Amino acid sequence: MTDPEVVRGRRSHARPAAAQAAVTEAFSQEWGKIVASLIRMTGNWDLAEECTQDAFAAALTKWASDGVPDRPGAWLTTTARNRALDRLRRSKTEAAKLQEVAVLSAPGEPADRGESGVTDDRLRLMFTCCHPALTLEARVALTLRTLAGLTTGEIGRAFLVPEGTMAKRLTRAKHKIRDAGIPYRVPPAHLLPERTTGVLGVLYLLFNEGYSASAGDDLLRPDLTAEAIRLGRLLAGLMPDEPEATGLLSLMLLQDARSAARLDAGGELVSLEDQDRTRWDQAKIEEGLALLEAALRRQRAGPYQVQAAIAACHAEARLASDTDWAQIALLYRELRRFVPSPVVELNRAVAVAMADGPEAGLVLVDELAADGKLTAYYLLPATRADLLRRLGRQAEAAASYQQALELAPTEPERNYLARRLTEVGA
Amino acid sequence: MRYMLLMVGDETEPELGPHTTPDGEPCWMPWAREMQARGVLLVEGSQLQPASTATTVRNAGDEVLVADGPFAETKEQILGYDVIECTDLDEAIYAASRHPVALNGGVVEVRPVLASV
Repeated sequence: MTDPEVVRGRRSHARPAAAQAAVTEAFSQEWGKIVASLIRMTGNWDLAEECTQDAFAAALTKWASDGVPDRPGAWLTTTARNRALDRLRRSKTEAAKLQEVAVLSAPGEPADRGESGVTDDRLRLMFTCCHPALTLEARVALTLRTLAGLTTGEIGRAFLVPEGTMAKRLTRAKHKIRDAGIPYRVPPAHLLPERTTGVLGVLYLLFNEGYSASAGDDLLRPDLTAEAIRLGRLLAGLMPDEPEATGLLSLMLLQDARSAARLDAGGELVSLEDQDRTRWDQAKIEEGLALLEAALRRQRAGPYQVQAAIAACHAEARLASDTDWAQIALLYRELRRFVPSPVVELNRAVAVAMADGPEAGLVLVDELAADGKLTAYYLLPATRADLLRRLGRQAEAAASYQQALELAPTEPERNYLARRLTEVGA
Repeated sequence: MRYMLLMVGDETEPELGPHTTPDGEPCWMPWAREMQARGVLLVEGSQLQPASTATTVRNAGDEVLVADGPFAETKEQILGYDVIECTDLDEAIYAASRHPVALNGGVVEVRPVLASV
């Protein structure tokens, strides 16, 4: 086994910088593609990963001595495939012989047609990694390992799990795929909508994991938001007819554009209202807005497009006071059709409060509180407290902040609430 | 691939036990027809007698321990099983989802059969 950290260009190396740079570049472009095609040819996930790894390691030496080939991707694919063939030839089993035939007969540029038209192997891989018969943790880990090329150690760090535990999780998932007969394919039309929802869900979970973890101080945690966006870009490119894939990419970009302004110098959470909007990433906002427009033109709305539209309302407001809250309230009503959750309803209440005044919002919040479905969710009392504060009902506000403080899960959130609590004079 | 579908549920629920459809045929008959039409091979299968008829057997070396009742005392019991042959897990999941036990609130565990060497 080669050291993947070397392949990913994390360590200083005496090799010529050009080869190193070309390998690093090729890694982000080609890793998932090569793994995906080798899995299709061999049906063997471990073999596919290891041979791809070997090909990148070989590239480091070879490209340094012979120069970078004209088509690095083709060079890597051929090298990885030859490795796979070598290894299959050396093993004696019947299954290996069959796999060898499959590798030999596989076309260099895979372009076989699936039921959804021309199918990229990476799309197969994505759907297989996100199969509902795997646990959610396994889906996330497999996606990061096989498609994004993160090492087991990196994935472990990202989810605060020891490397050994993560390795076991990945092995178990791969065994299940093989032994339970999870097909390696883009699902047929009748399964496609629900399975696509599953893939989008995994990517968004990945994004949120990185987004909320940005409050942490562990610099070793890989940038999951960047990986999620990269995979989202890939998925949107591979499924051009699926506006929700484009919608998710737009949503992630619009949210990520705000990341630099989300925490202040002391690492404290800054509310959307108080963020320095000049620190928002305009390039990401523009890309997100353009993607959203393209998605909406297809006139097949879905939860990610609606959430992206909400994020767009914020992104387009130069000042917090410019925000079109009436539009946001309408969008939350729309979102409720797709995601009938009390959290969505709470967000709608906030938008209504901003559009029509705190009184109107408080009515909705109190209905939700009476409903009893959000009793453990700190944002319910926190929202209620904010509305009461705006209405000048300080004592009631303080009681609600206190309640929220007891439920808030992270330090920055608790600090924020504690500050508010002091403001209302408790 | 070959899978065993293990039907699990509360056996006191009448819809989960043996019953007939409004057309007077056994409750599993429409399922069997649908599976046949899809090319899912029904290798074998049956509903089971209630868990009260179960006997649990252990071999403790010099002694065979026999006990009345199923291996686990739970509210849900094994109601029956089917062994099917189909292309992949997606097809097996579909077969399970259409089974009368699943349609009537029970659970179907899908287990690949260990391939014979």
